[in-house]
Amino acid sequence: MESVLTPDDLQAVWLTLKLASVTTLLLLLIATPLAWWLAHSRRWYKGLMSAVVALPLVLPPTVLGFYLLLLMGPQGAVGGITKALNLGTLPFTFAGLVVGSVLFSLPFAVQPIQNAFESIGQRPLEVAATLRAGAWDRFVSVALPLARPGFLTAIILAFAHTVGEFGVVLMLGGNIPGETQVLSVAIYGHVEAMEYGAAHLLAGGMVLFSFLVLLGLYLASGKSWRVTR
Amino acid sequence: MSEKQATWMRVHFKMQRDGFELDAAFSAPPVGVTALFGPSGSGKTTLLRCIAGLERTQGWLHVNGELWQDEKTFMPVHRRPLGYVFQEASLFPHLSVRANLEYGYKRIAASERRVQLDQVVEWLGLSHLIERNDPARLSGGERQRVAIGRALLTSPRILLMDEPLSALDTTSKQEILPYLERLHRELNIPVLYVSHAMDEVARLADHLVLLEKGRVIASGALGETLARLDLPTAHFDDAGTVIEATVAQQDEAYHLTRLDFVGDHLWVGRVDQPFGTSMRARVLARDVSIATQAPEGTSINNILNARIEEIRDEGPDKVVVRMKVGEAQMLLSRITRRSRDHLGLTAGMYVCAQVKSVALM
Repeated sequence: MESVLTPDDLQAVWLTLKLASVTTLLLLLIATPLAWWLAHSRRWYKGLMSAVVALPLVLPPTVLGFYLLLLMGPQGAVGGITKALNLGTLPFTFAGLVVGSVLFSLPFAVQPIQNAFESIGQRPLEVAATLRAGAWDRFVSVALPLARPGFLTAIILAFAHTVGEFGVVLMLGGNIPGETQVLSVAIYGHVEAMEYGAAHLLAGGMVLFSFLVLLGLYLASGKSWRVTR
Repeated sequence: MSEKQATWMRVHFKMQRDGFELDAAFSAPPVGVTALFGPSGSGKTTLLRCIAGLERTQGWLHVNGELWQDEKTFMPVHRRPLGYVFQEASLFPHLSVRANLEYGYKRIAASERRVQLDQVVEWLGLSHLIERNDPARLSGGERQRVAIGRALLTSPRILLMDEPLSALDTTSKQEILPYLERLHRELNIPVLYVSHAMDEVARLADHLVLLEKGRVIASGALGETLARLDLPTAHFDDAGTVIEATVAQQDEAYHLTRLDFVGDHLWVGRVDQPFGTSMRARVLARDVSIATQAPEGTSINNILNARIEEIRDEGPDKVVVRMKVGEAQMLLSRITRRSRDHLGLTAGMYVCAQVKSVALM
């Protein structure tokens, strides 16, 4: 088969994997404490927080992308801060895509981890406390290992969801090769240009990738599991 | 027991939550097993959780002259030198049996490790379990033994046990009771033992704290407290007293054993224990009848001289009689009101107590 993939396509694949990896890593750092708080807090505003975290599940990605664009743009509140810090503005940069992806995939990381923390219950933590483990010790030696299936689910979902993202990227990052042109955008570009061969190759790769991810998820969790969206 | 010893631990907690009110105060000695006994909903588990610091509520707690909690102080759970055994063993499923046992052990200073892994393995018969990696698949009794060992390995100054046998079937219970008794004898750690099962309490406890609706209604030595007719314990179907006695004589011909206590003795079915062994005998009120004269031609082996101390009505037809046997031991007898009147029983009378059956603990 003649090479229908351009260097830009390969760059898009690389950029997509990089975006998904960075996003997943950041999400773990953000979602873990958030999930812990949601699993254990009894504050009245817990429901409010849950709703905010779940918002990207129901919002059209273009809506999220639109508001992020306004917020991070030169006139936006976040844009003002980044400019004042001499960081420029985030839209149409890789960093901007990361911010958008993190927000967009937040519920996919928070909810499995929160469920895992909740299903552990108080008892193992109480046992650990009576065995002289302080709060941080209990979290590391009991909560984290027991919540491992939840973390696995969160990692796979966040990664795969970021790989498949389109609307937020397009609104926020446009289509700059090497900077913001990810796979889904590249496929769209190929279809627009009637380059169905290249589109097939990339799209087929995505189908295969997504299937393998879900297969891995089923095998790892060992029980039936459905994506709720 | 000196006043200071009796108040080695002093507890007072108050809590109001969902229509439940706890206002419980008691003190406990530094030796033996203190049972927190009461019906479900009486607040005994809540009280134990307060002592551990698992519930944070108003109150104060002194242990061995050390302040654990008052209005201003709250020592967090992981700093309280206690061991806690929950109703369900709650082993960490992600750790091996050995790692479960060592979890607390590793977290205390080496200089404070007075209990060693080998000892606990030996005491609790864990040698065949220690290399297991699947704690969830141990039997209920095995899991609870590991949980007890895990708590002991923190070298606690007090062991708190929350109905450790109630989640177990009868077989597992019978399997684990001897281990508890052994800990009781060999370990010099005071135990607070929550239970609603009188047979466990009669078997294990030395000191009894009675709870009802969140309040302590009585507290004292087991033998004395069980014999008090003003308490609900004397009116349970399985009400009775315990008699502390020692193995004194073996009757090889009839396969019986004589247990002596100060001033008198009991004959029981053969006990294979050496001379002088301490035994605890439990005599239920329903198994004791009263005669005003030494009966003749009776099949009952144990007829003790007794002095009636108190008689109290129980329902429309029954009375419970408290009697002293020997120098200091107490017996309860549940008889009909008619028998009391026919025999003209009153406090101060000397009678014969006929003991139909004795359970050895």
